[in-house]
Amino acid sequence: MVSLIVRRFFQLILLLIGISFLVFMSMHIAPGDPASIIGGPTASASDLEAIRESLGLNKPVLVQYVDYLSGILQGDLGYSFQTNQSVADAIMTRFPNTLNLAIASMIVAIIIGVTAGIISAVKQNSWFDVSSTTIALAGISIPNFWLGTMLILLFSVTLQWLPVGGLNAPFYTVEGIKQLILPAITLGTGSAAMIARMSRSTMLEVIRADYIRTAKAKGVRQRGVIWIHALRNAMIPVITVIGVNFGALLGGTIITEQVFAINGVGRLMIDAIAARDFPVVQATVLLVAALFVLVNLIVDIIYALIDPRISYD
Amino acid sequence: MASEALQPNVGKKPKKRESQLLQTTRKLLKNKLAVFGLIVILLQMIMAVTAPWIVSYTPIEQSLSDAELGIGSEGHWLGTDNYGRDMWSRLVYGARVSLLVGVTSVVIGLAGGITLGLLAGYYKKLDGLIMRIVDLLFAFPGILLAMLIIAMLGTSLINVVIAISIWSIPGCARIVRGSVLSVKKQEYVLAMRSMGASDIRIILKHILPNCTAPIIVFATMRMATSILSTSALSFLGLGAQPPTPEWGAMIAAGQDFMWSSPHMTIVPGIAIMLVVFAFNVVGDGLRDALDPNMDFNN
Repeated sequence: MVSLIVRRFFQLILLLIGISFLVFMSMHIAPGDPASIIGGPTASASDLEAIRESLGLNKPVLVQYVDYLSGILQGDLGYSFQTNQSVADAIMTRFPNTLNLAIASMIVAIIIGVTAGIISAVKQNSWFDVSSTTIALAGISIPNFWLGTMLILLFSVTLQWLPVGGLNAPFYTVEGIKQLILPAITLGTGSAAMIARMSRSTMLEVIRADYIRTAKAKGVRQRGVIWIHALRNAMIPVITVIGVNFGALLGGTIITEQVFAINGVGRLMIDAIAARDFPVVQATVLLVAALFVLVNLIVDIIYALIDPRISYD
Repeated sequence: MASEALQPNVGKKPKKRESQLLQTTRKLLKNKLAVFGLIVILLQMIMAVTAPWIVSYTPIEQSLSDAELGIGSEGHWLGTDNYGRDMWSRLVYGARVSLLVGVTSVVIGLAGGITLGLLAGYYKKLDGLIMRIVDLLFAFPGILLAMLIIAMLGTSLINVVIAISIWSIPGCARIVRGSVLSVKKQEYVLAMRSMGASDIRIILKHILPNCTAPIIVFATMRMATSILSTSALSFLGLGAQPPTPEWGAMIAAGQDFMWSSPHMTIVPGIAIMLVVFAFNVVGDGLRDALDPNMDFNN
């Protein structure tokens, strides 16, 4: 187990270096001179040269990349072209909102997905199974930005039960929970659908296994068979789906934050893309991708802990 | 005489074996959801092709005196938007945009993915390098890779096509590589090699045809993702720009009028959902019909 963790950790570092290089190069070859963006249309040639000098833009690309990488390791992500604010500070103020949203969505997805999947499998071919399977397929197909808009239309505009948007109250207060409900459902629906599909199919496989029949033959109650014997084994592949989906949820926050006007990292990224604010784009993309691979690593380790048969040779 | 004795069926009509295409079609048509999906896709195609003949207005024709008419209004059965543009016309032309972007990005993505997958699967020396690049592209969740590419190239519908094409490459490459690895050890491939067939001939004539099933399923499901992503990027203002009648952009425009004209948001959303649902269920149906053991989680 220790060797697995060490090996995966080194792979993670290599992958992170690869990601940072790809992101850095993407912004480097993007059309548009950063010096002109910062200097504006009135900047003279000498002004532009001075800006390039101060940003290190006239150094060779690889030197710039190494400088960038060492900056990241010291927590320096550069300065926004638009606001001249430290990118690290801008991210730090917004990141809690993104993380709260992603975690709340995952909770919604797991509760709905696992429950629906298990009931569907236990009551296979019942009306619940048929409708939940179809709804799960529809759940994957609904554009989450549209679902969010529809939820706002119903619960905020028509019924006026929940706020239209924003996320400024702490998540542990009533107001904070109210603000999180609609965005979490919006973002969690797609993942809930995938988790439901996976839980159903693995549960169906497990409840047909010999040891389940044995448990039933020994007189264990249906509820005990499902919750004690079947669930543990059925959950192994589901955990992978949950992990992969958590990464996808981090990506999904970008859209959901826009719909609900949540001041998070995703919204920061969209604004930066539109304004060609490269340091901000670079840092936000890098952050989300790094979190994604980190979550995948954690899932791999949990997976190996739950099922000792798994080895990643 | 002796040869006739060895061929007892000579002269008799051989039993017709059903082709795989026919078998797959038959299985697919038994799946009710897949049939529903096929009908929706067919309708979208008809809408896209016949767009100029089935609408009475051009999608960008403004009439401020007719602004924000509701569903069922005279002359505008799906209503109008805030500029008085006919919603039905914009929906029909939007079908054309989404289909065009979906098909183009999937075709380009497939071309890149199939080439990389074939090379990685067939040549062991290239495998490590190609698969590390694929792993690197997989390190970006969902739509993030497409956004990075758009950040690099700028916001436009063409750049969305490029971004979604590149995003499709790693998934396709991984699937094709997997198929090639299982096919290339088959005896008939070894036989071809021992007979002196060139690598290109073996890859294109003998290995690629055996990878078509997973590629078809991937392409169908990828259409759903492409259409969904195009609309999402346009919704965020990174794709189609006004006044292009693109469904995601239409939803974004409708958001400001949700109180007065909810149909501006509801109508294009239902269109996206229906089409994406259709491609997903047809993809699911095709997977079941071709090989239920295929894994498309990536």
